[in-house]
Amino acid sequence: MGNSVITRSAVDSAAIAGVENVRFGMVVRSVGKAGLLATPLTAYFFLWAPILLLVLFSFNDSRAVDMWRGFTLRWYTNIFSGVMGTEARFSTELMMQALSNTLLVGLVSTLIATTLGTMIALSLARSNLPGKRIIDGLMFLPVVIPEITQGVSLAIFFKIVFDFLDSSTGMRAAPGFGTIIIGHVAFNISYVAIVVRARLANMNPRLEEAANDLGANTWQTFRRITLPLIMPGIVAGGLLALTLSMDDLVITFFNAGVGTTTLPMFVYGLIKTAVTPEVNALSTLMLVFSTIVVGVSLMLQNRYTERPYTRQ
Amino acid sequence: MADAKVELIDVHKEFPIRAGEASAVRAVHDLNLDIYDGEFFALLGPSGCGKTTTLRLIAGFEQPTAGKILIDGRPMHGVPAFYRPVNTVFQDYALFPHMTVLQNVMFGLQMDRVPKQEAQRRAVEALELVRLPNAMNRKPREMSGGQQQRVALARAIVKRPKVLLLDEPLGALDLKLRREMQLELKEMQQQVGITFVYVTHDQEEALTMANRIGVMSSGELLQVGRPEEIYESPATRFVADFIGETNFLNGTVNTTDDEYAYVDVNGETELAGMWEDSVKPQQQVTLAVRPERIAIRPYNEAPDDSDRSARAEETNTIAGHVVSVHYMGTDTRYMVRVGGGQAINVRVQNVLGQRTTSFKERDAVILNWGRDSTRILTH
Repeated sequence: MGNSVITRSAVDSAAIAGVENVRFGMVVRSVGKAGLLATPLTAYFFLWAPILLLVLFSFNDSRAVDMWRGFTLRWYTNIFSGVMGTEARFSTELMMQALSNTLLVGLVSTLIATTLGTMIALSLARSNLPGKRIIDGLMFLPVVIPEITQGVSLAIFFKIVFDFLDSSTGMRAAPGFGTIIIGHVAFNISYVAIVVRARLANMNPRLEEAANDLGANTWQTFRRITLPLIMPGIVAGGLLALTLSMDDLVITFFNAGVGTTTLPMFVYGLIKTAVTPEVNALSTLMLVFSTIVVGVSLMLQNRYTERPYTRQ
Repeated sequence: MADAKVELIDVHKEFPIRAGEASAVRAVHDLNLDIYDGEFFALLGPSGCGKTTTLRLIAGFEQPTAGKILIDGRPMHGVPAFYRPVNTVFQDYALFPHMTVLQNVMFGLQMDRVPKQEAQRRAVEALELVRLPNAMNRKPREMSGGQQQRVALARAIVKRPKVLLLDEPLGALDLKLRREMQLELKEMQQQVGITFVYVTHDQEEALTMANRIGVMSSGELLQVGRPEEIYESPATRFVADFIGETNFLNGTVNTTDDEYAYVDVNGETELAGMWEDSVKPQQQVTLAVRPERIAIRPYNEAPDDSDRSARAEETNTIAGHVVSVHYMGTDTRYMVRVGGGQAINVRVQNVLGQRTTSFKERDAVILNWGRDSTRILTH
């Protein structure tokens, strides 16, 4: 009897110890889980809080960015109506001019960069150029070079070219849309090429051979097989280039001329004096626009989700 | 003699030096081959033997470094793949993922500017031929491997090519489906009458399907012949080893006559075999004999009439003892060590009540087999 009691209590205490161990483990695990959850939440907070505040204050019925005084769409209507606030710092006309400049630069540079970037990606993927690896590596350079370096180096380059043109032919040239567009193309080619190259690398080379085999010549093969299959990459690369171009301030700033103020430059000019609610409203609109572009890009990519190369 | 549909004359293919390779890769070497109209020709060999390169040379995806290729009598030098009267079924099918099954099959016809209605009618016919009449509007990725394989076949066959090239088309399918497709393909080939050039590393596939087989190794074509020729009279040790199971016995030639060479395999036993390349006395040779051609009986027993070898004087006889016994269901395999230390595998079919299944390890046995089942190989 005694033995069995002892045994039982020993079993009980062992069981209790076991339970406590399990409890301890659960605590550790839940702390870990909370930590895992907290980390991204903190990161997202710092990422999104300023943006949320900006959006919030764009609807705040107060010129001072301090506290909430009620909802208004005043700043939005101000942007478009041209009606100035008490301090007339915001000109709708200038903003619209900056917007159309941005769109011009963005669309033209995207078109050129997408075409050239796609061509580079194709030639790197399909040909056996000597030094292909070096060219491949150089393609990544604009992605890692600091923007300020690119901006300054382009500005110096253009100055040298313009001086040379002036002294040799007497042609007078100045920075303007041309220089901005060239600058944007220069860094966007890389982004497009990288995205398209990834798509091409995933493409089964047998598909092109199969098309050839079925009687399609090189152009028909490109038109009917290669192009449709890499189109999602081209579109994604193009939309990326468009957003990058429309957001760019540094390179644009160093290579702008008279009358080529883009929207980021315009906003930068506004906050040099003070942060006005109109800036908040304008930035919110730019945010909405970017979100829509990215959304469209994702939708297009989903539509083409065809995995290009599956091997059973 | 049938017309040669595809002629390969002294074809040589080298791939240029790439990073990490010491010298140019010799993929195909001095290849001479005629493939006849309407035949099912299998190019057989282990991976890397040059069989796929040969196929790609015929298709026009690669250009030979030297030599000539003729298709239907026309030299193919400088003719790009899209002008050649051949179509290919790729190993991974290479179906266009952004097109439906019907669009895939119609693609080749559209490239030939066949009117749309006719193209569609022919594509539907081709899909019916491969037994996929109801899949026209599906995308390739929605289909199983076997179905994709059929679409690839329909796409290649719809243009009625002079020659259909197939690069291990069944390699990705499971065994059961592969067996079914082998029979179907063979049937279809007879039905449409197109010359098939079929690349495979599966010897069984080649033996069951092909009219003739070409065995390749290290870029060289070792032997071309009907399946039974390849199986019964392998020209080299490699062919004998690659196709089916073979016993090899090393020995030295004692004497020769018109048909046979008499070979000493262990200093006491002389075995005879049919020679093809001329052999001289004292030459080192290899005897090859298939395991299923060998009869096995207890050491102290005279051969009975049911033995596979006909008469005693036309029979090779050698004594040994059983080293291992493996029961395999339909047959039993014995490994027998003979005098001199060489081992011979024997395969005996399991027939109900037959006592041959009763050998044990260490039993002393006599092996015998016909001289005509023995090949003398010099390389």
